[in-house]
Amino acid sequence: MIGGEAFLTEESWQAVFLSLKVSLWATVLSLPLAVFVAYVLVRKEFWGKQLLNILVHLPLILPPVVTGYLLLSVFGRRAPIGAWLEQTFGLVLAFKWTGAALAAAVMAFPLMVRALRLGIEAVDPKLEQAAQTLGASPIKVLTYITFPVMLPAILAASVLGFAKAMGEFGATITFVSNIPGQTQTIPSAIYGFLQVPGAEGDALKLILMSVALSVGALLLSEVLAKRLTQTGGQK
Amino acid sequence: MSLSVDIQHQLEGFHLKASFTAPSGVTALFGASGSGKTSVINAVAGLIQPDQGEIALNGVDFLNTRKGINLPPHKRGVGYVFQDSRLFPHMSVLRNLRFGGRMQGKAPNAALEGKIFDMLALGSLLDRMPVDLSGGEKQRTAIGRALLAEPTLLMMDEPLAALDERRKQEILPYLERLRDEAGLPILYVSHSVSEVARLANHLVVMQDGQVVQSGAATDVLSDLNSAQHISADSLGAVITAQVQAHDSDGMTVLHTEGGPLYLPNLPADIGSQHRLRIKAQDVMLSLSEPAGISALNCLQGVISDIQNHPAGGVLVQISCADSRILSRITQRSLAALSLQKGQQIFAVVKSVSLVQGDIGLRES
Repeated sequence: MIGGEAFLTEESWQAVFLSLKVSLWATVLSLPLAVFVAYVLVRKEFWGKQLLNILVHLPLILPPVVTGYLLLSVFGRRAPIGAWLEQTFGLVLAFKWTGAALAAAVMAFPLMVRALRLGIEAVDPKLEQAAQTLGASPIKVLTYITFPVMLPAILAASVLGFAKAMGEFGATITFVSNIPGQTQTIPSAIYGFLQVPGAEGDALKLILMSVALSVGALLLSEVLAKRLTQTGGQK
Repeated sequence: MSLSVDIQHQLEGFHLKASFTAPSGVTALFGASGSGKTSVINAVAGLIQPDQGEIALNGVDFLNTRKGINLPPHKRGVGYVFQDSRLFPHMSVLRNLRFGGRMQGKAPNAALEGKIFDMLALGSLLDRMPVDLSGGEKQRTAIGRALLAEPTLLMMDEPLAALDERRKQEILPYLERLRDEAGLPILYVSHSVSEVARLANHLVVMQDGQVVQSGAATDVLSDLNSAQHISADSLGAVITAQVQAHDSDGMTVLHTEGGPLYLPNLPADIGSQHRLRIKAQDVMLSLSEPAGISALNCLQGVISDIQNHPAGGVLVQISCADSRILSRITQRSLAALSLQKGQQIFAVVKSVSLVQGDIGLRES
């Protein structure tokens, strides 16, 4: 309770900035893969498609604690992939903010894929055929037709993913724990305050902050979406 | 300039087997819906891959299943105007129009753009978004977009089918200018005899996935075998006529091989060539030169063929030198007049049947 004049304590501000950092990374990193997976699930027929679909949805249907535990047993420092990542790239995930970003990304992924699928389904393949007859190669069709037409869906998926990442708690606390300044995001900080008698005030302030951030993200996406439809998504 | 197609393809419950060549000018693929016309041009565009066969344009192989050649659609340089326009909703009209050039890495060609914007009256639409265009405007934009990609072949799949009659009449003159000015072969898919009669130089008649007739439009339309595939009320021949004089009472006199034809107020120069469509149901037959009737137009010829039509009635083909017209009469009239091949006959054409909308300007 040092610096009683400040709206948030030093620890709370750390949690806010860490949450923003973790959620941004989680969204930015999962978006390309989510677009790819959504595209494949909508447009391609292949063996094991149903399996991929189930795999993508697992974080949505499993208890978050289970997802966190699974992450720990795959990406922990002594787990096979975790050890390999540390040796090869010096990248440690367990009990680090990077791990919080991974957990948030995994949890946000199915929601983003679902939003993107709707967007891809809305792109008429006939438009892509028309582009082909005008001389567009498959890559150019994606760049100039498919992605621009589904831009509103990409935006919606990003906002949804970001919001989910900001709110992620169960998998994060299981995978990377609740270390102030290291892995303590807004939800785990709120949880921490609620465990301490007399800290309800701090908890409430963080809750208000979290509401403000979520509403802000939503408003920003509305403004962007409106601007997109006005210009017709021109680049 | 010529396109040759010889393909076989198995679709669900449908076997496509098409073989024809399309010389320069407009070649119409004609037939009822479901006869395989669109599948043929999709194969030419590369949007479907036939099981086997060959497609070549001016000696360039698009498809040759024996040699293992299948050029992807974006390398074929074939313009395609779809029935439903398919404008890109996120781009302005101008950006739609320039899309082809941009994909091919070409700078906008001001001279060509000027010519095409002018021909299709696109100048006032350039800043609009596709959602703000009428059906006719969309289709004009789609035609311009295909042309600005500088294709070596233009294909149109029922470009007028989604439009109402007024819009059709608005677009048809543009298509005629296109045929006469663009100087590239056009493959035109349609199930409308009047469109085909107005636009096509060559005709490929399709039924149940097979080509049943192909040849010059005037020959195929007046051929009694291909008439079997055309519904009775739209049957009719196309003949060529030359403007001879404009009479003081407002009638235009046209010279045909079967004699003069009279049309009210045809705004055309003396000496210009026109194509006239004469519907079979508008032609009466007379054994002697008719006198004392109100119809002005009477052509003289020889009966060259007689066949029953599946929808009832009898079709009589009358040859006037190299031109042929059709008449649809009843079985009873056939018996009463005891008509036979080789007989001299007079064909009375009700002048009202020679309407403006059915006259196609022929390239001179």
